Amino acid sequence: MRYIEPHAHMVSRTTDDYERMALAGCEAVCEPAFWAGFDRSSPAGFFDYFSQLTEHEPKRAAKFGLKHFCWLCINSKEAEDVKLAEEVIALIPKFLKRPNVLGIGEIGLNKNSRNELRVLEMQVELAAKFNQLILVHTPHLEDKLKGTKLILDVLKNDKRIQPGRVIIDHVEEHTVEMVLNCGMWAGMTLYPETKCTPARAIDILETYGSENIWMNSACDWGVSDPLAVPKTALEMKKRGHLASAVEKIIFQNPKKFLRQSKNFKLGI
Amino acid sequence: MTRQQILDLYFLDARHKLIEIAAFLDRVERAEGKDDFRLKSFRAALAKLDDKKKNRAKEVLMIFSDLTTKPIGKATGKGAVGAWQKIK
Repeated sequence: MRYIEPHAHMVSRTTDDYERMALAGCEAVCEPAFWAGFDRSSPAGFFDYFSQLTEHEPKRAAKFGLKHFCWLCINSKEAEDVKLAEEVIALIPKFLKRPNVLGIGEIGLNKNSRNELRVLEMQVELAAKFNQLILVHTPHLEDKLKGTKLILDVLKNDKRIQPGRVIIDHVEEHTVEMVLNCGMWAGMTLYPETKCTPARAIDILETYGSENIWMNSACDWGVSDPLAVPKTALEMKKRGHLASAVEKIIFQNPKKFLRQSKNFKLGI
Repeated sequence: MTRQQILDLYFLDARHKLIEIAAFLDRVERAEGKDDFRLKSFRAALAKLDDKKKNRAKEVLMIFSDLTTKPIGKATGKGAVGAWQKIK
């Protein structure tokens, strides 16, 4: 079965993972900019990271026939330092011209602080100014509900932002409905311990439908599984979902959203 | 799927997770010391499981969530612990 991995942090994964994903039917992988697990000490660290995402990682993916796309931003975990954020955001416009860049992401909130919110607004401004798609990270665990509401308020209040060009990621049962009701896309992240399990993700699909929603592994340096999407597709089949319904979720839906970027081309 | 099919597919997995929760509570109560806000939320969430409502997963997530609406002054750390604690 063919699928698109719409959210994976491949800089943290081995080359073997690229091979396994390709063998499982992955045709394209999309990599949002995120936290390295430690705070970078300067804007130069981000410059190197953006270069890695736009130059090196596409070559690594291409060795296995995979298209590689990316999103650029300063993540919310490093957004408490507003001065650093301003300097990093100033670097982004020149990278937006690179051929594998899909938009601004994953922006959002982590602990729902005032500075995180300020940096989120700055990056929404950047997306609006350059007419970019937006990929949003919603906070973890106890902070998710409040953070999702704050993020939706920021996006809804900016009339330049078209809801259909925004994906709100890491939704769960308590946040998916408010996202879809805003006309934005919802992403479900399949994690072994936090966020959604395959069974719960399918419950959400059966409850809220399969429009404007996708699934991703968000595999990174933490506890995560780069094959979570095809494994969930298999579980959908066990649950009696037709092959066409599975393909819609794991291939057609991400393709539909991502094609809003002129840079997203599968070559098929 | 029918209820029978769902049971066939998920019962053993759910049974396994339920026993893990039971063992976790036994383990916590055997240990010396006091409960904290996480266990308090956990017990409140357990009460939701016996509810007749059909959105138990959402209700459990809500119990663990920060229900305040204003941004905090400053992020003093990066992690989340799974349950919200009101800062006095």
